[in-house]
Amino acid sequence: MTALLEVRDLRVAFGAAAAVDGVSFTVAPGETLGLVGESGCGKSTTALALMRLLHGAVTGGSAHFDGRDLLALDRPAMRGVRGAEIAMIFQDPGTALHPLIRVGEQVTEAIRAHQAVSAAVARARALDLFRQVGIATPELRLRAYPHQLSGGMCQRVMIAAAIACSPRLLLADEPTTALDVTVQAQILELLQTISRATGMAVILITHDLGVVAGMADRVAVMYAGRIVEMAPTAALFAAPAHPYTRGLLGAVPRLDQGWDDELPIIPGSVATAIAASGCRFAPRCPRADRSCRATPPLAPVAEGHLAACWHSG
Amino acid sequence: MLRYLGGRIGQSLLLLLGVSVIGFALMHLAPGGPLAVYTLNPTVTAQDIARVKHEFGLDQPVHVQYVKWAFGLLTGNWGYSFFGGRPVGGIVLERLPATLELMGSSLALALIIGIASGIVAAVRRNTVIDYATTTLAMLALSLPTFWFGLLGIYVFAQTLGWLPAGGMASTGGGGVPDRLRHLLLPMLVLGFVLVAQWSRYTRSAMLEILSQDYIRTAEAKGLRPMRVLLGHGLRAALVPLVTLAGLQLPLLVGGALVTETVFSWPGMGLLFVNALGTRDYPVLMAILMVGALVVVVGNLLADIAVAVIDPRIRLTHV
Ligand SMILES: Nc1ncnc2c1ncn2[C@@H]1O[C@H](COP(=O)(O)OP(=O)(O)O)[C@@H](O)[C@H]1O
Ligand SMILES: [Mg+2]
Repeated sequence: MTALLEVRDLRVAFGAAAAVDGVSFTVAPGETLGLVGESGCGKSTTALALMRLLHGAVTGGSAHFDGRDLLALDRPAMRGVRGAEIAMIFQDPGTALHPLIRVGEQVTEAIRAHQAVSAAVARARALDLFRQVGIATPELRLRAYPHQLSGGMCQRVMIAAAIACSPRLLLADEPTTALDVTVQAQILELLQTISRATGMAVILITHDLGVVAGMADRVAVMYAGRIVEMAPTAALFAAPAHPYTRGLLGAVPRLDQGWDDELPIIPGSVATAIAASGCRFAPRCPRADRSCRATPPLAPVAEGHLAACWHSG
Repeated sequence: MLRYLGGRIGQSLLLLLGVSVIGFALMHLAPGGPLAVYTLNPTVTAQDIARVKHEFGLDQPVHVQYVKWAFGLLTGNWGYSFFGGRPVGGIVLERLPATLELMGSSLALALIIGIASGIVAAVRRNTVIDYATTTLAMLALSLPTFWFGLLGIYVFAQTLGWLPAGGMASTGGGGVPDRLRHLLLPMLVLGFVLVAQWSRYTRSAMLEILSQDYIRTAEAKGLRPMRVLLGHGLRAALVPLVTLAGLQLPLLVGGALVTETVFSWPGMGLLFVNALGTRDYPVLMAILMVGALVVVVGNLLADIAVAVIDPRIRLTHV
């Protein structure tokens, strides 16, 4: 099976600091890949780099989508990909929608950016999309402004706009983090339904392993700009190979911070962290020893299961 | 919305009342008066002065004068000029078109160049273009209007002889090109500071807006850069910019007064300065009220426009 998206050695730097440092992964057509890691580990940066929406950052590596390297496309071609072939939704639907534009128009403009259809046709399509994402009384809601809708409803609008052109890949950056718990489950279910019905692949970004558990086919765990473990979801939960993943799962008692608490920040400045070779998790790792001074490669520990740890064998 | 509007109109009327009372009081309490020049004239007797004072009603208490004047204003009788005796309404209104031409053209210039340069400076921030517009704007904002007026006259009228130094048209009329030649320098001088304000304000508003999440959403949809910049960015900037338009009106009115004086532009500002010299109370009060009305109505329109643009305001002030 050929990959829909093949990211190889993606690097993103804001000034001197590398936010993403050599990330490689693939996404198969229709697959949902969970991208997990605590806040600041580079998940959003990875997604925005794929969309080429990072202004003022230096990007390296390659990201082949359907044979074309997204990072090498010229701007008009990239604009043709955005929204049409790869769509993105964001963490806070309250601020991701334009406050002064009716939500219906925010969906129709996504359609009309890529397809030469009349306003009436676009409106009819938006109406359909609103029904599809479960918005009640869609005729009325089309004319609403974001501030008149709840957070969950706004995220449904965002999803409607994102799937308007039937993209083959959806980048969902913490799509439920800002929502109430009950609404979170509904939105996740909606994403799963759409993905199954349309064969749309999803990269589901979250800091919450619970979110990926029921959603993702595979999970990639990021730490400090690198992927430290990648495995089919069931395998990851059954046998986490990297101490960081085990920490996230709460399987290691010595790592006494719970998942909801902020893990301690790596001692030393960013500059020393980058200059220092070796495993980036070592300063916080209960199993760290001398061997961790060399960078562990992302290596197979089982069928389809990769981990970057000297002690995971 | 209607109640909100009603409240704002009520506020505006109170403001106009306040301006009229304070303006009237200051004018009459200031030393001197329209007849001050005659007290030094040996051929004018004290009886003459008393007689004229009585004729103009200036011998009555100030509050009585005010009530009479205000009643006249509301019933369409704005009084008569102390000098020449013409009805004030006519004197002021015939000057209005010249002032509106100057203010309108300067404002149009400011809107077009100011907003465009502000957007460019925001998009190309920290480049040569940004620094150049910033420097120019700071220059415009830090030097007084009359200084630019005098400089303009010196360079373009006196030294180069390209443009007339003042007035609205050459003697004996002249066509549209002649009028435009007369308009150009005053328009630029009055417009310069306005352009600077709009440019700075647009830049900072756009800078803030372009970093918002919804701009990234618009880009993620694959919209064209111009559509993102104008349809989403500038659209959001309209709220602060329209508010600025309202707040800027006093500056525009004040700047027009100075510019008209420097360029002998026959508008209300020049009339005001001349009337100030002769203490022609009825004319001064009429211009003061017209100026205040322009500012108040302009602010009211700006408030309405903001409510039209921003549904959050429109739909909460029901
Ligand atoms: N625009 C930016 N400029 C500078 N640094 C940034 C920018 N965006 C993100 N970063 C840095 O990059 C790192 C990764 O951030 P991000 O991708 O947002 O993390 P996540 O989405 O996993 O929480 C963080 O250290 C953050 O401070
Ligand atoms: Mg993030």
